[in-house]
Amino acid sequence: MPPILEVKNLQTHFFTKAGVLKAVDGVSFEIGAGEIIGLVGESGSGKSITGFSILGLVDEPGRVVGGQILFKGQDLTTLAPADMQKMRGSRIAMIFQDPMMTLNPVLRIETQMIEAIQTHDSSVGKDEARQRSRDALGLVGISSPEERMRAYPHQFSGGMRQRVSIAIAMLNRPDLIIADEPTTALDVTIQGQVIHEMQKLCKKTKTALLWITHDLAVVAGISNRICVMYAGRVVEQGPNEALIGNPMHPYTNGLLGSVPSQNRRGEPLQQIEGIVPSLLNLPVGCAFENRCGNALAECRQSAPDEVTMDDQRVLRCFNRVK
Amino acid sequence: MTAFVLRRSLQSILVLFVMSLIVFAGVNLVGDPVDMLINPEADQQEIERVIKDLGLDRPVTEQYWYFLVNAFQGDLGKSFVFGEPALKLIVQRMPATFELALFSLLIAVVFGIPLGIYAGLKPASKVSRTIMAGSILGFSMPTFWVGIILIMFFSVHLGWLPSTGRGDVATVFGITSSIFTLDGLSHIFLPAFNLALFKLSSVIRLARAGTREIILQDYIKFARAKGLSEKRVINVHLLKNILIPIVTVIGLEFGSLIAFSTVTETVFAWPGMGKLIIEAIYNLDRPIIVAYLMIIVLIFVTLNLIVDITYSLLDPRVRIKGEG
Repeated sequence: MPPILEVKNLQTHFFTKAGVLKAVDGVSFEIGAGEIIGLVGESGSGKSITGFSILGLVDEPGRVVGGQILFKGQDLTTLAPADMQKMRGSRIAMIFQDPMMTLNPVLRIETQMIEAIQTHDSSVGKDEARQRSRDALGLVGISSPEERMRAYPHQFSGGMRQRVSIAIAMLNRPDLIIADEPTTALDVTIQGQVIHEMQKLCKKTKTALLWITHDLAVVAGISNRICVMYAGRVVEQGPNEALIGNPMHPYTNGLLGSVPSQNRRGEPLQQIEGIVPSLLNLPVGCAFENRCGNALAECRQSAPDEVTMDDQRVLRCFNRVK
Repeated sequence: MTAFVLRRSLQSILVLFVMSLIVFAGVNLVGDPVDMLINPEADQQEIERVIKDLGLDRPVTEQYWYFLVNAFQGDLGKSFVFGEPALKLIVQRMPATFELALFSLLIAVVFGIPLGIYAGLKPASKVSRTIMAGSILGFSMPTFWVGIILIMFFSVHLGWLPSTGRGDVATVFGITSSIFTLDGLSHIFLPAFNLALFKLSSVIRLARAGTREIILQDYIKFARAKGLSEKRVINVHLLKNILIPIVTVIGLEFGSLIAFSTVTETVFAWPGMGKLIIEAIYNLDRPIIVAYLMIIVLIFVTLNLIVDITYSLLDPRVRIKGEG
């Protein structure tokens, strides 16, 4: 079965006054139906921009300048704006990081749900759209959805609002949901619930999920594959167990080392020294070279290309962790 | 809500009282109306009789006391010049001023909001820069001068629109106004535009600032991610949010539109309250001045209240707090 989404060598650059900012520079991955892919990276690694590029919602002065985004075989980067608009919310939906900010504060929940249905199918009447919205709210675990439909966003807690956004994203039964740190702004108990809910819904509806996060622990539990991004590039991607159990890229290794674990109780956490280089001024060689314990002379001269390993892993490194 | 309205009403009465004190003291400091009113050839007896008739022979404090007592009975005094109740004279002129102010507001909102949103959405475009430069002009050019230029251009040079008066009026739904006749409309357009220019500029700037702020919000991006058309995003999601500050400012400034229509009314000989007050000031017609200022204060106070109520209607977050 062909994958739902194939991102091939995606490049999204921002043309700022200070110069060209290469937020996403050659990212490739694919997602199959019902699959969950974790896109992991620290702030500024380009993971959110990758998500927005897929939806065609990159803000000025940013632009997708290269590569392909094949959604069911159709290249989204060459799609007319009107067709892209039809795609958004119906075939590809998105959930944002901060539930406090994603719902319009001055519109009722029902208004914001009904419009999402009717904009894609004007033949759906208001009553039917309301019915579907109510069912969607019930599905994500909101009690007495009938009453809650009439409420405004500020009358919900953060976790509840995120459930509402998830319900909105699921409304039109999309093939792909891009979830941009959907649990980061929630407290831990709610996080668990939301993650569980999403996983269940996606399994049920065969929806593919691109889960963007900075928290390896979150995706480790739910995803099929993980892509680790650093400075606009995927440095390592592979099946969940292989990547977590046996990280090959020094950066992945560092990330995993900085997660607290039961086995190393009482020991200080490892940290990756230094900071991400400026995206305006990336080195010729590997972007991680200045923070890497394994760096060789050649890492400074040229950036490693993607190499596919035996265990379906794709790696960008000259001197992998062994 | 009821408690809120009641409290505000009591505050308003206090404001009115303090204002009456200031106004009364003020008008007694400037000039002697007797010099203006009395025929220079009148003899001493005649002069004394008039002074007595007008109640000007008594001490200021006593005059003020009488004013207060009468004011509570809805009588704000008789005009020295016309010999008619001041309130009646002002109320007669009120519709003309209100229609001018409302029409100006309409111009400011109907043109200001779309222009401001456009300038906010495309801040770098040439059109937007022109709009913003225009709004600075609108802010900074004196109203009377713009009025004269408008008359020179549209009335004298092009001869398209009349320069003075209110034109024909018609009564629709019990409201007599010149906006119901074509002739009236042609008369109101220039003065209304003149009066609107300042408000138009501020609405443009507010709409632009609001747009630039709101457009970056996550909920706008989320609305786009839902696949909504740009039209719906702007007309519903953006507009409803930028309206909150605009309504506040427009409401509060509507009072100043009425109060400061004096200049426009004078330039265009518009038979409204503003023209009446200017004439009253020339003639030192104290009761009219006092009554006019009291009414203006009342309008301001009422508008404030209406703005607060509208605000809570627009913003559900405010509404809930008020109820709780």
